[in-house]
Amino acid sequence: MVKIKKNIAVSDTGFLFNPMTGDSFSVNPIGQEIIRAFQEEKGEEEILEEILEAYRVDRSTAEKDLLDFKKMLAHYKLID
Amino acid sequence: MKEKEMEKKSYERPVIKPLNSGLMNKFGTRTEYTPVTHIDGVSVKSLIEEYGSPLFVFSERKIRENIRDAKRIFETRYPKVQFAWSYKTNYLNAICRTFHQEGSWAEVVSIFEYHKAVSNGVPPEKILFNGPDKTDEDLRISVKNDSLIHIDHLDELYRLIEIAGEMHKKPRVAIRVNMDTGVYPIWDRFGFNYENGQAWDAINKIMAGDKLNLIGLHCHIGTYMLTPSAYGIAASKMADLALGIKRRYKKNISYIDIGGGFASKNTLKGSYQLGTDAVPDISEYAEQIAGSLLNAGFDTDELPYLYLETGRALIDDAGFLLGTVISNKRLSDGRRSTIMDFGVNILFTAFWYDHKVSPAQEFSRFTEDTVLYGPLCMNIDVIRENVTLPPLNAGDHVVVHFVGAYNITQSMQFIALRPNVVMIDLKGESHIIRKAETMDDVERNERIPAHLENFKL
Repeated sequence: MVKIKKNIAVSDTGFLFNPMTGDSFSVNPIGQEIIRAFQEEKGEEEILEEILEAYRVDRSTAEKDLLDFKKMLAHYKLID
Repeated sequence: MKEKEMEKKSYERPVIKPLNSGLMNKFGTRTEYTPVTHIDGVSVKSLIEEYGSPLFVFSERKIRENIRDAKRIFETRYPKVQFAWSYKTNYLNAICRTFHQEGSWAEVVSIFEYHKAVSNGVPPEKILFNGPDKTDEDLRISVKNDSLIHIDHLDELYRLIEIAGEMHKKPRVAIRVNMDTGVYPIWDRFGFNYENGQAWDAINKIMAGDKLNLIGLHCHIGTYMLTPSAYGIAASKMADLALGIKRRYKKNISYIDIGGGFASKNTLKGSYQLGTDAVPDISEYAEQIAGSLLNAGFDTDELPYLYLETGRALIDDAGFLLGTVISNKRLSDGRRSTIMDFGVNILFTAFWYDHKVSPAQEFSRFTEDTVLYGPLCMNIDVIRENVTLPPLNAGDHVVVHFVGAYNITQSMQFIALRPNVVMIDLKGESHIIRKAETMDDVERNERIPAHLENFKL
């Protein structure tokens, strides 16, 4: 289960702020949805299903991109 | 089911990008998110569907616009102007013939290009033959055809004098002159130097022998010249030689060939400004050249013709390379890399330009810093070390700009075969002007010694 660090805030315009480090980021709308879903402690498979339900995309593309996005959250030290 | 699909939102890859306020990153600030979906009204998608990817596309409209603009710019400043198309810049016959239809002669630097020009129908007496490597046979052909031979070195000069004697013909020649124009390094490997007197040595030898008809002076001061004033200096020095010949030998020089070297709108690697901002307009070069020649002191009825061998500046922006994303990959430092289906084998100029790359489909405003790689399994195959692009997915198309000069002539079938080249005509119809290579094209000239024919694994 991916756990977003606490205190991480994402605004509706896609501005993400990490108060622990002072780092700020820009996140696109689908990225925001994924982060919120992780914050709601949804599992990866559940998130994937939600993406497939909401967007015109095939499963393998969505899966690859979700995996990559997760790697980037870890790279920027936004998950525990 | 289909309706349900339509109700869904269009997908974009999730992107997170750090914001570094007050800190300039090496990717710069410019973002290429204006999609280029059509070239001359023809959709990129349909071109790739019909001719495959990658694909070179040339705009006939742009080529004609470029040469007409250049002619107008020079002709409004100087009364006697003749352009010659530089074959080495792009020698596809369809491209050359477009320039010839617009009145350009041919400028060639090898017998291979010479024959190409002849078979394209250029009258041999309207071919300028440059370059340091002309064999005796090449010279004989040029003498027989009365082409304009631009002599590069003393060995060539002496051989040509002998050949002219043997053939009992007086070839029309120019000498190539190199000089200090204030731009360094000086291109002094071609031709005879102006400052140290070599040029006069060559002129004196020609005039004393009376075997050659010296009618022109040629120079080519460099490539991708960003300083128009250098052309003013070059034209002055050439005019000085021409007037000197008139004084000493009572002979009028009928043309001064100022060569090529005008920059295109490409961005040189390491340049702080974009090419579109940094590169002088052709009118700035024209102003310098025409100004120098008109003020040199020629009698009005003895003004020499101005020949121009402009290549790059007339064709670069008429050529596009269409390509497709093969895959995305995350590098160990977190940067995104995107692998394209075209590499440095067909985009040779990626070694010295930061080519502008546009996505060929609509995207949102979110972007990522990206390294663009080619498909070759070689570390040198990098299209852009850093470019800010919208998230591209496998199968998406891009358009690379300003690829018309030197890529066709310098591309190679290293690792992969070369793709189709098409031209879009003035009516928006596309035509193949060079077919994609096949195995047969590449292997036709190979021979296998008998003892290597068979093997068992």
